Amino acid sequence: MNALNDSLIELIRRTSVELPDDVNQALIRSLENEKKGTIAESALKIIDQNIVLAKRKSQPICQDTGSILFYVDCPVGFDQIHFEETARVAVTEATKKGYLRQNSVDSLTGKNDGTNVGPGAPTVHFHQHRSPEVSVRLALKGGGCENVGAQYSLPNEKLHANRDLDGCRKVILDAVLQAQGKGCGPGILGVCIGGDRATGYEFSKQQFFRKLDDRNPNAELDALEQDILKTANELGIGPMGFGGKTTLLGVKATAANRLPASFFVSISYMCWAYRRQGVRLGGAGEITSWLY
Amino acid sequence: MISLTTPITEQKIRSLKVGDPVSISGIVFTGRDAVHKYLHEGGALPPQVNLRDGIIYHCGPVMMKEVDGSWRCTAAGPTTSIREEPYQGDIIHKFGVRGVIGKGGLGEKTLAACKADGCVYLHAIGGAAQVLAECVKKVRAVYFLEEFGSPEAIWELQVENFPAVVTMDSHGGSLHKEVFAASAAELAKRL
Ligand code: SF4
Repeated sequence: MNALNDSLIELIRRTSVELPDDVNQALIRSLENEKKGTIAESALKIIDQNIVLAKRKSQPICQDTGSILFYVDCPVGFDQIHFEETARVAVTEATKKGYLRQNSVDSLTGKNDGTNVGPGAPTVHFHQHRSPEVSVRLALKGGGCENVGAQYSLPNEKLHANRDLDGCRKVILDAVLQAQGKGCGPGILGVCIGGDRATGYEFSKQQFFRKLDDRNPNAELDALEQDILKTANELGIGPMGFGGKTTLLGVKATAANRLPASFFVSISYMCWAYRRQGVRLGGAGEITSWLY
Repeated sequence: MISLTTPITEQKIRSLKVGDPVSISGIVFTGRDAVHKYLHEGGALPPQVNLRDGIIYHCGPVMMKEVDGSWRCTAAGPTTSIREEPYQGDIIHKFGVRGVIGKGGLGEKTLAACKADGCVYLHAIGGAAQVLAECVKKVRAVYFLEEFGSPEAIWELQVENFPAVVTMDSHGGSLHKEVFAASAAELAKRL
């Protein structure tokens, strides 16, 4: 098969069976931080063992291998149609090899043809840039954590949340409270303030491509991220909602312009099985380096 | 760590409290949405499936068929339990189930059945598909494979030292309720 196809299969394999280093480090730190002898500590220990085992056996970290989300940065003139066709073949092959579960269901008929390919699956987003470089990022986003994502429209009377940063803070923390025990925490939040309903969620998901230890260049958003992370970890929800110190591993926020009439806050939740990777590709489609 | 070996007595179940870590060995039967709905609507279990004093596991495992026709379990993490809330209490009562393994917990109806009939909810670690698959020592049999498909079938698994935590006990205790109330109170102080 061609080099691009092989590269994409390897990208899928590695994303599915290995966590990126920044996520691993964050999980190890939270394990050290939990009180010894608690069920929170033992949950994180099992998570840790699971990560080691999945990598060693080259098998999926979690059996829910998630929605397959590709993001491609490419130069002007890049053949997007060829890329997308190759990606669909690579997904089908990666499924046959067991790197992905047969995980995609026809919403009308309920049929699962076992290929992971169909309308909207996988999704491929392209972004053109002036550099000659081609890079491909991939996130595998599980269903349990996707189900606890939330979109709030401000003002929100029940939560006393107005159209300001304090209102955003209130609804984001409410989402953390409601998600407990459901999305396989400790979790990571991607947040978008503003946008319309679709772009709000889309931008919130793109935040998952930031590294956990980076800082937001916007001072206000940076302060919000740090505050939400600190506050959420004071609530005592803990891993799996068992109680404990680690409720979130990170918060990443962005803002998009909105209409005067709308004020959405969109929150995507990622589980501890935070599967994201990326590669730079050479001229023939071969992998030249890894991004995470 | 408390060892639980099937079949489990009511007395043993009544001795468990919310927060107890347990290690499960013996036979567990998987069952998720289709099985719960079927049993709730009066469907019969195959004679070989005896849930009395046994355990139901909310799980859609990944199974590979070997050349000799046997099955190997390659991923076996828990699925979200709350979807079974409408059915679970009745099934516990009717079939004498002593333990339900899953993730995320169940609601009031199940909690009441746990108290009345002597059953507990055992929370497994969500996402830990590989660690939990290693605890499955043998896939003994499968039922309803044709009718419900592989993830929804009843798989009879022999497990050893399968780790879980009691998060709902037979005395009305629920860790999910406790943690929610405590965290909501902490949040209120910080708004
Ligand atoms: S929420 Fe994440 S870790 Fe939990 S079952 Fe889904 S994909 Fe796996």
